[in-house]
Amino acid sequence: MPGAGRKAVALISGGLDSMLAARTILEQGVHVEGINFFTGFCVEGHTHAIRRRANGGGANPRNNALWVAEQLGIRLHLIDVVEEYKRVVLNPKHGYGANLNPCLDCKTFMVGRAREWMEEHGFDFIITGEVIGQRPKSQRRETMPVVARESGADDRLLRPLCARRLPPTLPEREGWVARERLHDFTGRTRKPQFALAADFGIEDYAQPAGGCCFLTDRQYSSKLADLWTSRGERDYELDDIMLLKVGRHLRPRPHFKVIVGREEGENNFLSGYRGQFVHLRTVSHPGPLALVDGEPGDEDLELAARLTARFSQGRGAERVDVEIGGAGRPTQRLAVTPMAPSAIPDDWYV
Amino acid sequence: MARATLDARRLLCPLPVIRTQERVKGLAPGDVLEVTCTDPGALHDIPAWCRLNGHRIASTADGADYELVITVVVGGAASS
Ligand code: SF4
Repeated sequence: MPGAGRKAVALISGGLDSMLAARTILEQGVHVEGINFFTGFCVEGHTHAIRRRANGGGANPRNNALWVAEQLGIRLHLIDVVEEYKRVVLNPKHGYGANLNPCLDCKTFMVGRAREWMEEHGFDFIITGEVIGQRPKSQRRETMPVVARESGADDRLLRPLCARRLPPTLPEREGWVARERLHDFTGRTRKPQFALAADFGIEDYAQPAGGCCFLTDRQYSSKLADLWTSRGERDYELDDIMLLKVGRHLRPRPHFKVIVGREEGENNFLSGYRGQFVHLRTVSHPGPLALVDGEPGDEDLELAARLTARFSQGRGAERVDVEIGGAGRPTQRLAVTPMAPSAIPDDWYV
Repeated sequence: MARATLDARRLLCPLPVIRTQERVKGLAPGDVLEVTCTDPGALHDIPAWCRLNGHRIASTADGADYELVITVVVGGAASS
């Protein structure tokens, strides 16, 4: 085996490409361990978990990265990069993609963190599932050397799925891996990946639609942009970006927004934030839990109560009782008329 | 054999696993870590992570208020 005694760290996203890349290198006798980064924007099981629990349990959705590692029989190291990742999202040197996804900076950051891990743990090289031309901005022929250079990984970065279309890297030149057993995939077609998966006998894999994170989602990006605008600065905390994944977000005034749970699971999730946020719940009728983010005055709270009532089962009633509490304020009760759906301007929906 | 606890309530997956991983690093083989969490995804993720890294699940139990308690027995393999 050419790779015997050599160790590679594989970026494992949970999708098919990184799984195939790792498997290709495992086949060559290299010891592979996986690394997976938690940025806070990841599309992971948890949002589904919120929903699923509300639907009476059932099978819990899996964490795809852990699942892939189990299929490959490799160890997986999960790394919390929430704080460090802020500079990637807030200030991307190479700018954003179609939404607020800073893919090129993100790739460089992740490969750079993998390089540090490789050095700390005495590993020899890094592998990713990148394919030339797969993504319009971050996976082009011109950007491949940018990621290698700016991450500091240089020629210790091997992309097994398209390596034969790129100059030979250190692991290839040193004979740790056989170049002829690497691949030459290119472009947006997924056919070669599916064929390779079939060769390896891999039948079950996750197929993320847009990308690997919420930043590629248009609606999510618009909620994040709204957060920055309303606060007058580009910054965020983990709770902020988690809350953007849940509920309807309505901003009636620049200085506050209302987050309304859409079903029981979301209400349960939001209820975890009751201590920190002013929150509203209808008490005369079954209804959602709503959080208020910002600095609402008394009139604003009445408006928030009318909005909460609008999404409750009392939406057709004359009067709905709403309880308001949290964030250190005494609990109060308001009787309000639910807002008519037509009275809610479209541009309140963030 | 030490017994340690970890409060991972209100954290969404994969954070409970990440916190478990960080906590296990400071423990010795045979030590027991009791993780309390609220995201049911942890019921799947923490055992999966344990299988990959040579640790064992002694038990999982439902607590009040959607709380789950997962008891991990630290295995021999180093967890980095
Ligand atoms: S989709 Fe998200 S996680 Fe994936 S490269 Fe782009 S910014 Fe990074």
